[in-house]
Amino acid sequence: MPAKPPKSAKAEKILDRTIDFYRLLNELPLGVLIMDRQRRALFCNHALEAITGVTAAAVQGIACRHVMRSRVCLTACPAADGKLSENVCFETDVINRDRRRIPVRGTLAPIFDAGENPVGFVETVEDLRPLKAHGEKANQAYRFGRVVGQSPQMEKLFRIVPVIAQSDASVLITGETGTGKDMLAETLHQESERAKGPFVKINCGALPETLLESELFGHVKGAFTGATENKQGRFYLAHNGTLYLTEIGDLPLPLQVKLLTFLDDKIVYPLGATKGFAADVRVVAATHRDLARMVREGRFRQDLFFRLNVLRLHIPPLREREGDVRLLLDHYLNFFAHNTNREVTGYASKAMSLLLAYDYPGNVRELRNIVEYAVNVCREGKITPRHLPAYLGEERQRLTPVDASRESTEVPVDAPAEPAAPPTDGTWPMAERRIILEALVKARGNRQRAAQQLGWARSTLWRKMKHYGIDTP
Amino acid sequence: MIRKIFIPLSEEEVAPRFDLAAEVLLAELGEDGRILQEKVLILPEPSSERLCHMVMTERAHTVICGGIEEEVFDYLTWKGIVVIDDVIGMASRVLRRHAAGNLKAGEIVSGAGPA
Repeated sequence: MPAKPPKSAKAEKILDRTIDFYRLLNELPLGVLIMDRQRRALFCNHALEAITGVTAAAVQGIACRHVMRSRVCLTACPAADGKLSENVCFETDVINRDRRRIPVRGTLAPIFDAGENPVGFVETVEDLRPLKAHGEKANQAYRFGRVVGQSPQMEKLFRIVPVIAQSDASVLITGETGTGKDMLAETLHQESERAKGPFVKINCGALPETLLESELFGHVKGAFTGATENKQGRFYLAHNGTLYLTEIGDLPLPLQVKLLTFLDDKIVYPLGATKGFAADVRVVAATHRDLARMVREGRFRQDLFFRLNVLRLHIPPLREREGDVRLLLDHYLNFFAHNTNREVTGYASKAMSLLLAYDYPGNVRELRNIVEYAVNVCREGKITPRHLPAYLGEERQRLTPVDASRESTEVPVDAPAEPAAPPTDGTWPMAERRIILEALVKARGNRQRAAQQLGWARSTLWRKMKHYGIDTP
Repeated sequence: MIRKIFIPLSEEEVAPRFDLAAEVLLAELGEDGRILQEKVLILPEPSSERLCHMVMTERAHTVICGGIEEEVFDYLTWKGIVVIDDVIGMASRVLRRHAAGNLKAGEIVSGAGPA
């Protein structure tokens, strides 16, 4: 056994006192699972709850493999024989309760009592998502996190983002749909001192008001009909991290009041609870709506707008980013060619002219989709106009110099949050939907053949068919 | 109508992860909830795709599993299959609970077994 380190007088004073062990573990940014000798869970801390989605109360007595669901647990558990003499470190993945696969680094270590007898195990778990994302992208120029750009507008944004990341104030991100608000929010988190903490995202427009309140703030057992157990809200899960509220413009007025109260006193009151929870959460909000206009129309609280608008980042639409279209075209070509193992080497000059002349109403997301389509259709050599969606050429002729739908960067308050399926005419999703339908008609409804024609995997085809609401018998 | 229930296994328990299960319990339930038949199918290696294919070819109505990725969950749901996920417990007990009509997603059926 290694000798105990000598303690200073001050350390002696602290360490000889009774310490609240569970509280100490809950303060750690790493997930911690404590198990007995049979590897049944005894305790898990808040960080592990955020990674796996389990609750400490629910996992007690459950075999660790059901709690962690890690690949290593199930295929090569280091403590399979119940013995472990020293720490084991491994990289693996887990599937959490939100059905997401998360890369993690785990360290399993034995726990001994004062008499050197093994009494159980402790496993620490580190979420590797930020590290992986950072590692993959760090060596590339003209980018900040996952946001790519070299235009003066983006350079200005990149200069200010690190400063804002270091601050703990609320941030409001604005920009048209497809400009990369979600990516920027995640980058802000990864570059902040909260990077080790959780990044929790919630779409304020995706849930009805009552559900959203419970999802955000949690509820206690018996708070309403059907509340059969306590539920921790996203604020609780984001403790020591960042809560990203996307589509904040869709947040119902009553919840705006509750959010404002939180921003003021930093205490979360779950539905039906009398006691609050002091959550250390940074709030980042995003919207494609014009909040100032919504305030004038009485649809968004002015006081909340002022609280969120402490730091504001506006992502310009792609058509205003000089030189970025070319950069992004090359970037996504490399990305998709590498990921799909296609020998696509570049763009033929005619295809490039078409791509540079198009003004991308769907912004970076649309550009990315166009390149993905082209790489899948082209397969090898250079991308020519026939590998591009047909609407690119048509659109150029159809659009008048000032397109009424986009003459202002302000998005109408009543505009839908995202282009919903089935999409509107003249957009990339519409073209893609049409291409899928044509392939299905050609293949007489046979998805396997349709997928082959499109140069996609069958799973890609069904995912896209599902997205566009296409069903075949 | 006879209902087919598909439960990926890890030894005798519901497999903690759908994608890592190499065995499957396929059971048939009668209209009255009686278990008419049970058989265990073995895969050469664990694979989500293979399991999905098996669910379709066996014409299962319900999949009961532990952790499952969203893409696989959506695919099965899209195909009209009921997926009850996040279930922990011995497969036989879980099946009986389902046959009795009171198994919910996220349920821990007692007797989850030692580690």
